[in-house]
Amino acid sequence: MRASRLTRSLQYLALLGYVIFLGFPLVWLLSTSFKPPRELVKLHPTLIPDSATISNYVQAFTEQQLGRAALNSLQVALASSLLTVLIALPASYALARFRTRIGTVALGWVLLSQLFPFVLLIIPIFLVLREIGLANTHAGLILIYVVWALPFALWMLQGFVRNIPRELEEAASVDGASRLQTLRKVVFPLLAPGVVATALFAFISAWNEFFFALVLIKTPELATLPVTLARFVGIEGTARLGPLAAGSLLATLPSLVFFAVMQRRLSSGSLAGAVKG
Amino acid sequence: MTATTTAPAPAATTPAPARRGSDRATIYLLLLPSLLPIVLLSVFPLVRGIYLGFTDARAGRNVEVAFNGLANYRELLTDDLFWGAFRIGLLWAFGVTALQFLLGLGLALLLNQPLRFRGLARVLSLVPWAMPPVVVGILWRLVYHPDAGLLNELLYQVGAEGLRTNWLGDFSTALPAVIIVGVWAGMPQTTVVLLAGLQGVPKELHEAAAVDGATAWQRFRRVTLPALMPVIVAITSLDFIWNFNSFGLVYVLTAGGPGGKTMLPMLFAYEEAFRYGNYGYAAALGNVMVVIIVALLAVYLRRRLREVN
Repeated sequence: MRASRLTRSLQYLALLGYVIFLGFPLVWLLSTSFKPPRELVKLHPTLIPDSATISNYVQAFTEQQLGRAALNSLQVALASSLLTVLIALPASYALARFRTRIGTVALGWVLLSQLFPFVLLIIPIFLVLREIGLANTHAGLILIYVVWALPFALWMLQGFVRNIPRELEEAASVDGASRLQTLRKVVFPLLAPGVVATALFAFISAWNEFFFALVLIKTPELATLPVTLARFVGIEGTARLGPLAAGSLLATLPSLVFFAVMQRRLSSGSLAGAVKG
Repeated sequence: MTATTTAPAPAATTPAPARRGSDRATIYLLLLPSLLPIVLLSVFPLVRGIYLGFTDARAGRNVEVAFNGLANYRELLTDDLFWGAFRIGLLWAFGVTALQFLLGLGLALLLNQPLRFRGLARVLSLVPWAMPPVVVGILWRLVYHPDAGLLNELLYQVGAEGLRTNWLGDFSTALPAVIIVGVWAGMPQTTVVLLAGLQGVPKELHEAAAVDGATAWQRFRRVTLPALMPVIVAITSLDFIWNFNSFGLVYVLTAGGPGGKTMLPMLFAYEEAFRYGNYGYAAALGNVMVVIIVALLAVYLRRRLREVN
């Protein structure tokens, strides 16, 4: 398609504007994370630090309890993602291969559950967890994250199962393989990319989650990274901005890796509807 | 291999109806580990949450929960703080969703053009999306910071020093400031979805229209927009719900301040429940929010879907 020179210039201008709007805050965060304290209180801050330092990163993880919080987040996110996949795998197979009423209802619920305000769920969940003695524990938080990630994991995995031709399984069974053997030798290997994607998704939603962690965890030593960072904002003084920025960037790293890995699929839009902080 | 998540996968192999009894038992056994936690920690809490909205449950004495009918709702109707939060929630959700959509559509059309650097722009747009909402909040606090902030420094550098202000602390600028952050954080996702939709618009239609002498605007109005409508309806309604229900971002930015100027319904409910311990009242507020969302969506979807048909 032909576009006039004026149109093209305007298009590039718009693209530039977008990149600046998007990129500038990020550059500012990066710059702040490398600034020594005296530059943070400077009257006119500069974009490029006069004397860059990594002391903010060191400080974030030693003095400010962010190291411990990161470890908590890692534990909780790893456990949630493992559990989610383990639980969702058999169910997604059943949903993809057999049509049952309960399956239809389950998938419908999955879509519906996207729409509820958490505030409606948080009080009863808080009460349930307290009744079974899991309030203020990582186990309780992990349970919530599993249930939270399950709907999407089911959707995703059953889609992957459907993409495996049924004929492959039939061929294996004709060759005399038992159902379990068929699953292990034929289905699971083909499902591996789907399992990885689902596990990553569950990991990231747990790693980024804030609301449930804020309400359910009361002991500061048990708090996850987002909650600790948010608490850190509350005691803000200009000099603390450096470690705060450093901690924030480190908290973003796992998701960035995830998005880099998943980028193709995200751009195709099929995952796009589901990843929401 | 593509994972279809928003709609059932195109059935390359149609699922077989379960017939024999032993098959049925196997299926339930496979489903059980997923359904049990979902029912226990999502269906059951939901039902209980709806019920709590009709009780006087409070922190510390929830053992003796008493049904109190519509009392919570009567109180909500006369609660100025609730109406304030409700009004701000609507302003926020409409503002963010509309801007996200308009800017996202423009951007998607742009990124659909054969421009240089568009690959870079696409990758860059994934970054805000990947960030934990809390980190987005922190990042923008640094931008809006009254002394050490990027925005005020930029204004100083271009000689507009008079415009410097405490963006998040000022009554008149706080809400617009948080809306901008909401757009920054959410626009990439909207863009990606719209871009995927654009790539699904048949090229032949465009070419045929161009041959017939349609201008770019006419092609957009008559070809692109109608073909894109289902995607637009889906993403704007989802965006609206997500925005109306959002919490973390604004909690970190302003915690509802200054003077309640950014008090979203979720923040208000959180305070009621976990600061003042009014579980029943907060649950009632949740019920009202669900009803409002469903009603707004019903009106919107009916309108839009009629346009599609």
